[in-house]
Amino acid sequence: MSHDGTTNRPDIERPESVYFFGTCLVDLFYPEAGMAGMELLKAQGVRVVFPQGQSCCGQPAYNSGYREEALKVARAQLDYFPGDWPIVVPSGSCAGMMSKHWPDLFKGEPDEARARQVASRVWELTQFLVQVLKVKFEDQGPPVKITWHASCHAQREMGVTDEPKALLRQLANVELVELQREKECCGFGGTFAVRHPEISAAMVGDKVADIENTGAKAVVSGDCGCLMNISGALEGGKKPVRGVHIAQFLKERTHG
Amino acid sequence: MGETSINFAKASSAALQDQQLRGNFRRAMDGLMSKRAVQFADTAEWNGVRTLGASVRLRALSKLPELLEKLEANCTKNGIQVHWASTTDEANAIVLSIMQRVNAKLVVKGKSMVSEEMHLNAFLEKHGIESLESDLGEYIVQLDEAMPSHIIMPAIHMNTKQIAHLFKQKIKEAEYTEDVAQLTDLARRVLRKKFATADVGISGVNMAVAETGTLCLVENEGNGRMSTTVPPVHIAVMGLEKVVEKLEDVPPVISLLTRSATAQPITTYVNMISSPRKEGEKDGPNEIHLVILDNGRSGIYADEELRNTLRCIRCGACMNHCPVYTKVGGHAYQAPYPGPIGSILMPQVEGLEKRGELPHACTMCNACVEICPVKIPIVEIMGRLRSEAVHPGDAVRGAGSHASKAEAMVWKGWSMTYASPLAYQFATALLAKLGNAAPASLPLLKEWTNVRAKPRFANRTLHALAREKGIPDV
Amino acid sequence: MSESRNAILGKLRAGRDAHPLTPPESDFAVLRNKRWDGAERLERIKRMMEAVHTEFLETTEADWPADVQAFLTAQGTRNLLFGPATEAGGRLSSEWAASGMAGGPELIPYADRVETFKERLFDGIDAGITTTLGAIADTGSLIVWPTPEEPRLMSLVPHMHLALLRADALYDTFWQAMTENRWADGMPTNALLISGPSKTADIEQTLAYGVHGPKRLVVVIVR
Repeated sequence: MSHDGTTNRPDIERPESVYFFGTCLVDLFYPEAGMAGMELLKAQGVRVVFPQGQSCCGQPAYNSGYREEALKVARAQLDYFPGDWPIVVPSGSCAGMMSKHWPDLFKGEPDEARARQVASRVWELTQFLVQVLKVKFEDQGPPVKITWHASCHAQREMGVTDEPKALLRQLANVELVELQREKECCGFGGTFAVRHPEISAAMVGDKVADIENTGAKAVVSGDCGCLMNISGALEGGKKPVRGVHIAQFLKERTHG
Repeated sequence: MGETSINFAKASSAALQDQQLRGNFRRAMDGLMSKRAVQFADTAEWNGVRTLGASVRLRALSKLPELLEKLEANCTKNGIQVHWASTTDEANAIVLSIMQRVNAKLVVKGKSMVSEEMHLNAFLEKHGIESLESDLGEYIVQLDEAMPSHIIMPAIHMNTKQIAHLFKQKIKEAEYTEDVAQLTDLARRVLRKKFATADVGISGVNMAVAETGTLCLVENEGNGRMSTTVPPVHIAVMGLEKVVEKLEDVPPVISLLTRSATAQPITTYVNMISSPRKEGEKDGPNEIHLVILDNGRSGIYADEELRNTLRCIRCGACMNHCPVYTKVGGHAYQAPYPGPIGSILMPQVEGLEKRGELPHACTMCNACVEICPVKIPIVEIMGRLRSEAVHPGDAVRGAGSHASKAEAMVWKGWSMTYASPLAYQFATALLAKLGNAAPASLPLLKEWTNVRAKPRFANRTLHALAREKGIPDV
Repeated sequence: MSESRNAILGKLRAGRDAHPLTPPESDFAVLRNKRWDGAERLERIKRMMEAVHTEFLETTEADWPADVQAFLTAQGTRNLLFGPATEAGGRLSSEWAASGMAGGPELIPYADRVETFKERLFDGIDAGITTTLGAIADTGSLIVWPTPEEPRLMSLVPHMHLALLRADALYDTFWQAMTENRWADGMPTNALLISGPSKTADIEQTLAYGVHGPKRLVVVIVR
C-alpha cells in the first residue's frame, strides 16, 4: 500500500479460503456485483466465506467527523473475521478505510492490535485477483468498447493502479479506451455529494463528458460510490452509457 | 473581516455559474498538472528528493524554538533586525512603525502570502502609505481590487482579454492590446518608476536559514530582487515555520518548490540575503527587518497531528491537483490560502467558527496528498478538523462550533444500527423492500437527484443473496 | 516586542516538549548522485538556459573583451555598465580604449553609491556585465555573488545582462557548489542564482520575458 502507487504490497501464498467483505453500498444497491465478486473468487478454486454479521467499515461516519461512531461500527466487524485468511473487498474505498484508517481509528484502544491484524489482511478485489490469484480470463462476450474510471481510494490508498486495467485487457473482445482524466475524482466524496451538490454535479458533469468522448458503451469501475454517482448522472442525463462494477463485468464476460 | 462564518457553498455556487472562470481554471490546472508530471517523471528521483525534503521540514519542526532563536542570533549578528509578532495586528504595527520612522510614502512589495494573511496593503493604505504590488499577477489583482485566487499565480482566474480591459481602464498611458508581451512591457514601465522611488521594499520569505541568518527568496520576474535591493529599507515578513536548520537544506526544498509550483527546474532568480548593505557596498538596503509572525501557528504546533500543516513550503501544487479547486477557483474560499492547504490551514489560523466549512470543501480524493512534495497528510488533517468542528475541545479554536444535535443523532442512530448485525439486517431488508418508495423530494435525496437518477435499492441485499446461494458464513 | 518573542518561543517549546518529534535522517544521496561528465555539464547548462531564452557567446580568455565589444556593437547597444575595480573591468577599459573601435558602446563604471546614480541606472543604461562564480548543470543556473566592486543592481536593472562564465567553473548541483565551497562558513550580503532573463507567466500562463529585470541574459563562455 502506498500513496504514490509505486510499491506493490508483498506477495502472499495463494490461500485456500478468503473472507468477502461486501460493503454497505454493495449490500443495498449492488448485491449482484458482490455476488459476481464472490463467484470470480470461487471460480479460481478458492473457498469464499461471507460472514453474515458484517455491515460497514465505518467510513461514512469517519469522514463526517464522527469518529466514535465510526469506531463502534468498525469494532463490530472485528469478530466476524477470526480466521487468518485474506479479506477481499470489492471497493477500493472501503478497503482503504480498513487497511489504512483503522490503525489510526483504533489507536490507543484495547483492541488496537486486533484491528491492525484484521486491517493487514484486507485486499482490494482486483489487486487480489491479479497479484495473488494471478487469474487468466477468457472472453466469451461480443465486441464492445468500454472505458475505466479509477477510484481515488483504490489508487491512492490501496495503490491499485494497473491491476483493473490489466484484467480488462485480458478480454479479447473488449476495447478499453482510457479517459482523458482517468485519475480525477468523480465528485462523489461520500457526504460531499449532498453537502456540496453543485460542485459535485459539476465534477460528475466533467466525468460524464470525458466518458462520452471515449465513445464507450459502458464505464467500468471498482467502487460503488463512484458508480452510483457516475451511473446516476449518466442515467439522469439520459446518456446511452451503462455504469457497471468490474466484478460484474468480468463475470458477465467470462461465465456467460 | 469579522468573525462571521464564511460561506464557501454560496461563493462556490456563484463561481460555478461563471463559464469563463471555469474554463480559465480548467485549462490552467490541466497544463500545470501535465507539466509538473514531466518534472518528476523519474520516480526514483522524485521519491528521493521528496523524502529528503520532508525530512528537512520535519527536522526544522523538531527543533523549531531553538532554530528560531538561532536564526534571530545570526540575523542580528549580520545586521538584520528581528521582530516578533503574535498576531497580524502586531505584525502590521511593527511594519507601520518602521515606515513611520523613515517617513515612508511609497512601498513596493514582492509577493508574500503572509502579507496577504496580514491584509497589509489595506492596513498601510489606511495609514496613508501607498503599497504597490510588483509581482505582475499581484499587480493585476491589486488593480482589479480583488484577492489572489492562487498562491503562486494570483491572477490565474483572469484571461488575457480581461487583463487587457483592466489595464486600459486603470493605467493612464495604456493603449488597449491583447498582446501579452506588450501588456507585460507596460507593467514594466509603470513599475520601474516605482522601484526607483520607493521608500521601503517588502517581501516574503520562502525559507530562512538558521545556520547563517539568510533569507531565501525565489522568483522569476526580478521584482523580488528590485523590492529587496533598491529601496533603502527592506522589510521581510515570514510565518514562523519557514525556518530551516542548515544552508544545505535549501537546495532540496527549492528544487521541490519550483518544480511542484510551476514545473520549472528552478526559478529565474534564487535570492539569498544575509545582511544589509555593508561598508563600501554601493547598493542594497541600509536596513533589513525580519518580522516573524505566529498568528496561531504556535497553537497548531502544539498538536502532534495538526503540526504537519506547518511542513508546507507553499508550492500550490495541491491547488493545481484539487478537483474541487479546479471547479470553483480560488476566490470561493475567500481566504489568502485557498485549495487543500487553505482548507486545513485557515480553520486552524482563524478558527473553526469562521472557517469550519472549509474542511468539507474536499472529496477526500487524496490527489493533493499524492503530489505534496513534503508529504503533508492533508486529507487526514481534513478529517481531523471535521471531527474537531463538531466536538468541543481545545486543540483548535472554535472546536465544536459546528456541532448539530440533529446530525449527531443521525450518526448515533447509524452507529447503533450498523454495529448490531440484527438491527442492520432488519434495517437493510426494510430498505430493500420500501426504500425505493422514498420521494425524490426528501432532503439529501433532493440534492442527489438534482443531476442524477435516484439510486435504486436492490430487491434483496447481498446478505440475503449470499444466504440463498449457500455461501458459508464461517 | 520581546513580550511576544518570549510568549511565542515559550509556547513552541511547551508544545514541542509535550510531543517531541523524531525526524527521519536527511539523506542527501539523491543530490550527491546527480553527476555529469565535464563536457556534458556545459552542454546541459546551455540547453537548459537556452530553453528559457538565455543567449550564449563563446570566446577565449585572450579575446573576450574584444568579442564582447563586437557583439554589443552589432546589437546597437549604446553603453555597458561595468565594475572598474575588478580584474575583468580593468581589461575591459584598457582593451576597449586601445581597440579604437568606432561606434561601439560607451563603458560606464558603477563607481558611486546607487543614491547618486539611480536615475541614470534606471533610465540610461542598456547593458551591464558581471563575473560569475560558476554555473550549475542540474538546473542551468549562474552563481553570482555581488561585491562592492560589482554591485547587486548591475545584473538586475540594465535591459541586458552579460555574465562572464569560466568554462571550467562548473558544478553538478546547487548543493555541490555550496557544500564544496563551504558557503555556510560565510555568506555574502547577497548571493544569487540566475537562470535566465526576467520572465513571467502571470497573464494567462503565457510566457513573457523582461518583466522587471533584464530582457536579455547573455552568458559569455570564456575558455
